Order: sequence, then C-alpha cells, then structure tokens
Amino acid sequence: MGTFPGSGLAKGLAITAKTLTRRADTQQYPDVAPQLPPRSRGVIALREENCTVCMLCARECPDWCIYIDSHKEEVVTPGAARTRQRNVLDRFAIDFSLCMYCAICIEVCPFDALYWTPEFEYAEHDLRDLLHERDRLGEWMATVPPPPAHDPNGEPAKEEQAAARRATQDLRSPGGTDG
Amino acid sequence: MPTWAELALRVGAVFVAFLTLPLIVGQTEHKVMAHMQARLGPMYAGGFHGWAQLLADGVKFAQKEDLTPRGADRPVFRLAPAVALLPYLLVLLVIPLGPGDLVAQPLDIGLFFVLAVLGLGVVSLLMAAWSSANKYSLIGGLRGAAQLLGYELPLVLAAASVAMAAGTLSLTGIIEAWRPWWLLWQLPALAVFFVAGLAEIRRPPFDMPIADSELVFGYLTEYTGLRFALFLLAEYVGIVVIAALTVVLFLGGWKGPFADAELGWLWTLLKVFAVSFVIIWVRVAFPRLREDQLQRLCWLGLVPVALGQLVLTAGVVVA
Repeated sequence: MGTFPGSGLAKGLAITAKTLTRRADTQQYPDVAPQLPPRSRGVIALREENCTVCMLCARECPDWCIYIDSHKEEVVTPGAARTRQRNVLDRFAIDFSLCMYCAICIEVCPFDALYWTPEFEYAEHDLRDLLHERDRLGEWMATVPPPPAHDPNGEPAKEEQAAARRATQDLRSPGGTDG
Repeated sequence: MPTWAELALRVGAVFVAFLTLPLIVGQTEHKVMAHMQARLGPMYAGGFHGWAQLLADGVKFAQKEDLTPRGADRPVFRLAPAVALLPYLLVLLVIPLGPGDLVAQPLDIGLFFVLAVLGLGVVSLLMAAWSSANKYSLIGGLRGAAQLLGYELPLVLAAASVAMAAGTLSLTGIIEAWRPWWLLWQLPALAVFFVAGLAEIRRPPFDMPIADSELVFGYLTEYTGLRFALFLLAEYVGIVVIAALTVVLFLGGWKGPFADAELGWLWTLLKVFAVSFVIIWVRVAFPRLREDQLQRLCWLGLVPVALGQLVLTAGVVVA
C-alpha cells in the first residue's frame, strides 16, 4: 500500500467517524447496575456456621487484617467417656482498609466459611469504618452468587470420576473377573 | 413597516442567532466528540441526553467570582472579552441567510468588511494576554498573534480568489454568481480558506496559543467566571462565523437542490451545520500542531497554494 501525503489525516477522520456510528462503551453506573462476573472480588462474606476457629485465615493473611477471638466450651454428651471441647467464635472481623483482596484466606479455609461476593458498594467516609464485624460479613452471604456451571466440554470433577470408576468396577467384579 | 421597527427586527434576529447557534454548535460538539471517543457525553442536565448542559455551564460561570489579578491592567483586562465577541457579532450582520432581503445589513463591500473585522480578533487576544500580567498568558498571546497574523494572509488570498471569480465584493453577489462547478476549480481556495479559518478561530489542531499541556490555558489563564464564559462563547461563535463564511464564499450559500427562493435559509443553515460538524470532527481526529509546524504549514503550504489559485482564477476570468 503506497502512502500518499494526507493518508494519515484521512485515516484519523475515518477512525473517528467509524467510532461515531458504534454504540458508546459508557456504563451508566448509578442508574444501571454493572454486570459483574460471578468471580468478581468485591468483598469477603463469612458463613459463620462453617467457621471452626482454626485460625488458618488469620495466620495466612499477608497483612494481618483478620481479627478472630474465641473461647472454648465444654460439650457434655450423656454416656460419653469424657467431655469434649468445642471452639466458639466470639469475634470475626476483616479490616478492608488493610485487605489487599489476595483471596489467600478464602483459598486456605478448609471448611468453606469465606466467600467472594461481587458486592462493592461499601465505601465509607472514614478509613476506620472499613473494619467490618461478623454480622456485616454474614449479611453479605446473601449476595454470594451460585458457583458457575460446570463446563460441559471440560474434564468431569474428581469426585464424579471416582464415583464413575467405582460404579464400573462394581458392575464388572461379580462376573467379569472370573474368566 | 417603519424603518426603526425593521431595524430592531433585523438586529434582534441577528442577536438571537448570535446566542442560539453557538449553543447548538457547542452542544453538538459535546455529543459528537463524546461519541467519536466511544463515550456518551453529558446525559443529566435537562433530563433528555443532557440537552441543557451548556445552559447549566452558563449558570455556573455566572455564579463564579469574577477575579482580576492584582498586577493586571484592569480596564484592558475587563474589556478584552467584549472585544473578542464584537467582531463576530458584526460579521453575522452582513452574512446573507437567504436570497433577496434575508440579510441583516446588505453591504456592497461585504467581503472586505468581513475580512477587516475578523482581523480585530488579534487585538482582543493581545489585550487579554498583555493585561493579565502572567507569563503563560503573554507567551500564549504572542503565539496567538504570530498565528493570526500569519494565517490572515492565506485567508484573504483565498477569499480574494472567489471574489475575483464572482467579480464582486458583495456576499450576496458572490452567491448569485456561484455555480456548482466552482466547487471544482475553487477547491484549493476552499481548502486553504477552511484551514486558515480554523487557525483564525484557534480551534484544535491550531490551538497552540492555549496549549493546555504547556501554557496552562494561554491568554485565558487568568480569566474566571463570566468573562471566561464570554471567551468560550466567542470560540463557538467563531465556529459559526467561519462555517457561514465558508458556505457563503465556496459552497453556494442559499443554493440548494430545489426551491432556493423559499427554502434558501434552510439550505444555508444546513450547510453551516455541516461545516461546523467538520470543524468538530477535525478537532477530534487530529493532534495539536507544534508552533514551528504551524508556521511552516501557513507559509510553505497554504500561502503558495492560495497564490496558485489566485493565478488560476485570474487566468480563467481574463480568458
């Protein structure tokens, strides 16, 4: 393609004219809620019943923004040889002014007590008001989206694979192995 | 109709055009520029797609404090915005909207008057620049003066070419003499006039005098409130005036596909808005010229082309 003088100018005009005919990319945010993907890192929600106060999240947190207090309770089971102890959560708070949204706490939680939710409208006028206690973290559980559906073309989950293998072995073992 | 009533009507009509056309062009600029950049532009003021944005801006400017710097030359500083607006208002007086009587003040030397009055722009610019007592203002003003004086020459030469072809200096006469094939042989003059006109009203890509990345806002740096708004208004009136002059001199004014006598005003307005759209388009598409590129374009590009066009026109007219 030969370049004649002024072709760059014409190109600039053409590109702007083309953009003029397309729809604008602007999202009218406060009027129209944004479409966020289900795995958006908005805020961390807490399912309190699942928490066993194992402290893994608080220890793994790179900037120590999770505060956990607890005490132990005796659980007396009638007929048991001895009483058992159970951890009871007294305080669970995340300081979102420190949190860097790395999701290590969510990854590390063995009992699925922490979840990402796309909810992001929790700005405050004061930095100190960003320390949210467990009741607020629990309210956000309602906004956790269901996990995305499994990719139909993907490899089946480990559990499904194991179950299927066991099922075929059960079918084969009565008659198949005799010969 | 008594003379005074007719006079009042004509002046009133020009004043209304002076206040509404720039607002329409300004709003168009907001929206067109936004959509060319894949944005929406103003959406809230007035409810429907931000149609009242410029009115809201005007109210905001009127509320702002009117500051005059301590070191400023007060009378000159305060007068400069009015001097910036006045030439455009005077030019609108002689631009014919339609055939016959549809012009506020028919003038036999209309073209001469228009070019002379447009030259006043540089005075307001230097007034604003010098009286502000600010180095950015001064540098911007000097750049602007160099630019305006330089581009005045191709502007006048291109206009002279069309006046020579029509054999008259009257704007109405030029439109009457205009034929569609003039589009072809006056094309270089049209291009030179349009580009020089852009530079005369200091529109991007020729906005070196107010280059905001180097000079804050050039000669407008110290202006606030209503006086700043007047300068902005002058810029938009400038778009209308340059578009109207391009239409009158080169695009046949009121001559349209049909019904020139009845719908002449409509064809004129449509053409003015079309040229204004191109002025906005050019602003969005092209980056600002550097000071040396600006002068090079004028003296090594436009002036020779305009002179060549002049020779061509003279040859055709004499032959």
